[in-house]
Amino acid sequence: MTAATEQNGVKKDLIVYFCILALAGIQFFIAYQDISASQMFVRMLIVAIVEAALALLFFMHLWENRGLKWFVVIFTVAVILGMQYGWTDSFRLVDGVPWAK
Amino acid sequence: MSQADVTMGAHSALMEEPAFRVPAKKMAMWLFIIADSATFAGCLVAYGFIRNATPNWPRPFHGITNVALMTLILLTSSLTMLFGVRSAQQGNKAGAVRWTMITAVAGTLFAILHIREWMSMIGEGATLFHNPWGTPLFGSLFYSITGLHLLHVTSGVIALIVVGLRYQGGRYKADDLEITGLYWHFVDLVWMFVVPLVYLLNLAH
Repeated sequence: MTAATEQNGVKKDLIVYFCILALAGIQFFIAYQDISASQMFVRMLIVAIVEAALALLFFMHLWENRGLKWFVVIFTVAVILGMQYGWTDSFRLVDGVPWAK
Repeated sequence: MSQADVTMGAHSALMEEPAFRVPAKKMAMWLFIIADSATFAGCLVAYGFIRNATPNWPRPFHGITNVALMTLILLTSSLTMLFGVRSAQQGNKAGAVRWTMITAVAGTLFAILHIREWMSMIGEGATLFHNPWGTPLFGSLFYSITGLHLLHVTSGVIALIVVGLRYQGGRYKADDLEITGLYWHFVDLVWMFVVPLVYLLNLAH
């Protein structure tokens, strides 16, 4: 590894670190917005997904391994999507129970 | 050269390439990370389900100073881990060990702040099965999710110290430090979801 390559690597790490830090700051900013909980949830989740993608691609070096990148993305997204089937039931618990308004 | 190396060398042409050209140990860590992300996703989805289905969910957090400091420390520890791995790959053993130990110290600091926050919440009457703000499920979910993450941080700190010392002693290689680094970045990645969902959405306005 040459000194120039090494310096570029460190520079890239620092840029990604500051981007993630800024995104974390945006999450804290969103927390103080006067918006509904569901809007807040969606906005924070989008920011968290971008943060996680940056960490996965550059801190965990998935960017450099194309095959592994797709394996991890497809597998993880499939599992997480599979967990979403129950959301409608959580609304039923609020609106369908005897004490619901 | 050991007998195992001679045997492996002789048969290398007949052996399959490792999956995705990733060494077996690193692949094992990736599989663990995928499985563990499913565990955390399960916990967070369950939390979201219960939060959504419970009227008058409590919002007990009044400030963000502690959680912001914890986030800063954990994110910075990921950067120091990167520097450690980079030093190890360059053959700079002293630098690698120094950065790894700095990462371990940051992890310890994070754990101390986390426990301090738990103690303050317990002081306010919030426990696993009871809290003064309404549904007891809040305490159960809060302590379970943050506790699972804290367990990962604690294990990570122990792993960093053990692998760092063994790397210094020559028993482990730069690859082993990189694999431990992968786990540490994953712990950081999980926190990126725990903060908004468990803390920031429950901020008192």
